[in-house]
Amino acid sequence: MIAPTLNAYLAVAVLLFAIGLIGVLIRRNTLVVFMCLELMLVASTLALVAFSRYNGTMDGNVFVFFILTVAAAEVAVGLAIIVALFRKRQTIQLDQLNTLKN
Amino acid sequence: MGTFLFNVLAIFTLVTAAGVVVNRNAVNASMCLLLSLVGVAGLFVGLQAYLLAFLLLLVYAGAIVALFLFIVMLLDTKGDARPTLHKLPIAARVLAVGLVGLGVVSFVAQGKLPEPAIGTAPAVGASLKLYAYQLFTTYLLPVQILGFLLLIAMLGVIVLSKRFDGLEDIK
Repeated sequence: MIAPTLNAYLAVAVLLFAIGLIGVLIRRNTLVVFMCLELMLVASTLALVAFSRYNGTMDGNVFVFFILTVAAAEVAVGLAIIVALFRKRQTIQLDQLNTLKN
Repeated sequence: MGTFLFNVLAIFTLVTAAGVVVNRNAVNASMCLLLSLVGVAGLFVGLQAYLLAFLLLLVYAGAIVALFLFIVMLLDTKGDARPTLHKLPIAARVLAVGLVGLGVVSFVAQGKLPEPAIGTAPAVGASLKLYAYQLFTTYLLPVQILGFLLLIAMLGVIVLSKRFDGLEDIK
């Protein structure tokens, strides 16, 4: 059985990160932008786990452990901010949230 | 893990991730996010990081996507409305997406790392004992800081979701 190479895993991680970044750039719904941010985080964890596995070290795995915890806290606070924003402005479309423009 | 299974999981992950970006409906987008996370968890199993795959399903798929769905239902927004087209932001978006695509193509076509043989490296991520050892020795301080971070996040969410009229209330 042939194991896939490290380059293959990294290519998947890069593609996943790029898809998330494109989503952040082109979507206007704040919730979907937030989901794409989560995709980017998961892509970086995939790269960390792949490096960890192919080099036989533990540090990348432990770091992914920490990233999961921080992501949970980040999502809780971010969604609370979005809900507060919606209560104040009645919209979560990014092109209507332009108070700071000009 | 065989190359065939890897290919299936990788394509599944990427297609569902693209589904998050292209879906107009936010509920469908979060369902695609869930499937994409399941694919990534499968890739983690292929890398013999069983604990991380389990945690990814538990924390991301179980808690975070459920929270997303809850908020999507709560706010009940009606998809992405057709925007009024301004030329400059459209051009900026096209340029940005083109640059990201260029970066990905150059990595996939030319990125070459010195290839460590997977047979020689031990699968340290498979052992639960090593996680516990690392978390309670080398990374003891970060673990405690993370505990404080979660506490602060909880307090922040409570403050944010309280209704108050302007900044005078919190003084």
